[in-house]
Amino acid sequence: MADIDIKDIIKEENIVYKKSSILLDKVMHYCPGCSHGVTHKLIAEVIEEMGIQDQTIGVSPVGCSVFAYNYLNVDFQEAAHGRAPAVATAIKRLLPDKYVFTYQGDGDLASIGAAEILHACNRGEHIVCIFVNNAIYGMTGGQMAPTTLVGMKTATTPYGRDVDRNGYPMKITELIAQLPGTCYVTRQSVETAAAVRKTKKAIRKAFENQRDKKGTSFIEVVSTCNSGWKVDPVKANKWMEDHMFKFYPLGDLKDSTRDNPADYEQYIKD
Amino acid sequence: MGELRLMKGNEVIAEAAIRAGVDGYFGYPITPQSEVMETLMIRKPWEETGMVVLQAESEVASINMVYGGAACGKKVMTSSSSPGYSLMQEGLSYIAGAELPCVVVNVVRGGPGLGTIQPSQADYFQVTKGGGHGDYHVIALAPNSVQEMNDFVTLAFDLAFKYRTPVVILSDGAIGQMMEKVYLSDFVPRRTEEEIRKECGDWCTLGSKQHNYITSLELDSAIMEQRNLHLQKKYEDMQKEARYEEYMTEDAEYLFVAFGSASRICKKSIELAREKGIKVGLFRPITLYPFPSKQLYQLGTKMKGILSVEMNAGQMIEDVKLAVECKVPVEWAGRNGGIIPSPDEIVVALESKLIGGK
Amino acid sequence: MAKIKGAVVIDKELCKGCGLCIVACPANVLGHSGEVNGKGYDYVKMVNPDACVGCASCGTVCPDSVITVYKVKI
Repeated sequence: MADIDIKDIIKEENIVYKKSSILLDKVMHYCPGCSHGVTHKLIAEVIEEMGIQDQTIGVSPVGCSVFAYNYLNVDFQEAAHGRAPAVATAIKRLLPDKYVFTYQGDGDLASIGAAEILHACNRGEHIVCIFVNNAIYGMTGGQMAPTTLVGMKTATTPYGRDVDRNGYPMKITELIAQLPGTCYVTRQSVETAAAVRKTKKAIRKAFENQRDKKGTSFIEVVSTCNSGWKVDPVKANKWMEDHMFKFYPLGDLKDSTRDNPADYEQYIKD
Repeated sequence: MGELRLMKGNEVIAEAAIRAGVDGYFGYPITPQSEVMETLMIRKPWEETGMVVLQAESEVASINMVYGGAACGKKVMTSSSSPGYSLMQEGLSYIAGAELPCVVVNVVRGGPGLGTIQPSQADYFQVTKGGGHGDYHVIALAPNSVQEMNDFVTLAFDLAFKYRTPVVILSDGAIGQMMEKVYLSDFVPRRTEEEIRKECGDWCTLGSKQHNYITSLELDSAIMEQRNLHLQKKYEDMQKEARYEEYMTEDAEYLFVAFGSASRICKKSIELAREKGIKVGLFRPITLYPFPSKQLYQLGTKMKGILSVEMNAGQMIEDVKLAVECKVPVEWAGRNGGIIPSPDEIVVALESKLIGGK
Repeated sequence: MAKIKGAVVIDKELCKGCGLCIVACPANVLGHSGEVNGKGYDYVKMVNPDACVGCASCGTVCPDSVITVYKVKI
């Protein structure tokens, strides 16, 4: 027997976890169990906790998260496929005191938008880049992405990704960590409560880096696409842990500030 | 009247942008317009007005930077030349779809493909018929002098904000590269954030609690159709912005229709033709979209024949024929591939194609 | 010694029944209800409410933010 009636627990003053006020009441269009929902929520919670709702501008991609502006109650721009970092660059340059973040999937960021993300990071734009990597094109129906694992079956690799035919899976986060403009590059996930809390800390740190003008912060969230992977949400998490994490290991790749320009000036000195 | 200077057309674009209180320029080098960004970098307007000038990684990036800046209600622009302008079509379609104001300068060179770096007007179709995917138009202004390169920067921003649309200054390599005297516009300060909120606060994304968002996406076809109809209505309203110039048309029996550099050549051709007793005048569309069709109909249908003089294989001629409803003979004359026609050859074309009969 | 008691409220009409909260719960409080909501999802409910300690793991992993978590010390 409970020592207290459940009705006495369920009271406003006893709330320890609830939906962020930055999340709008619209029902997300994502499939059940989709990692996008958790990632959206974490961004909302960080914006709420930092009190920067009216100073934040988000940029959404083309892909499943194209409608991020329907869910996050901040000013938003919907960019063309892959171009979010270019769009964000201009916003941040023109509004240097505002908080600007991009939100992109693996097809958007690592394939069609590879140039834009690499150059924005290389310029050291003071923005936050969220990269949701579920190794597949979700919205268009589960085609191969640049990050699709070798052997992984997708709509355009029905017999599994073959290196000779399709090339290698791209570790773009490792590439980005090499760029002098980035200050913080990390790979996180959202499949357990502990992982979600770590990712939230990473997002918070990224926004604080932006406030402190440290350079570009880049957060990869290794994610599931249970519909694309054709498994249920719980099995998708297990598959991600067993396979994705081996190729895309979690943890910080870089945590400092963007490179000191003085270190680059020596090369043309007499 | 502003300060008198001797300047290149491309340099004037840069100077005019600073003086017009532009907030941001995002560009990528391409001949024959690289002086625009070079001039800006030399002028360092970030020290003077706070204007942002950024060299992007591509034209694709620069037009998407323009999208981002325009969505903040800022006065933003880019410039390029034909192959680069082709790359910008994606962004322009999004900007038109999301109804954002911006200015793009296209200093046209000969195509197709990498083509040539010499002046051309072969982007007429690409600029005036939309260019990218979907049903949209951009306002197209065609300067024919360095002075107009100056004047049209302010005009372009005024129209861009009035209609929340991209405005293209369709120039060419000759106007961009030539030096002429120019009266520069007076300085206008950049708008403050408060001023932008006052003017554009109901849609721009400067950061707010009212959840402004910019998108061109709408999956519900019924709503998307309404959006398209709204755009079409806007294009209809824009027709009143049609601008043109007439030159020696009062007694004219024949008419040249030409814009930009070609219109300057035609003025010399008119002099040569009139020496031979041929009464010819010029109708110069200043806006290529909206095309001054009504005005051309009124004038053109009184003529014995019209010669559409273009530095391309005959693109504007389609709009000329539509304007005069084919009630009078309309022929094309011009050169391709970066060659500027001589005044003589235009007169020869007038004689052979229209006066001598076919 | 103070005892911690928790409870969760799941918006059953917004729950998509993905089941991630069921796995995340360390105390096996949650389970599919065996009933469908207006959208046709087999929504989740507390099947073992007495075991809840209000740790909020369920809410934390919920992609649709449909779980509110309450906790008291008694």
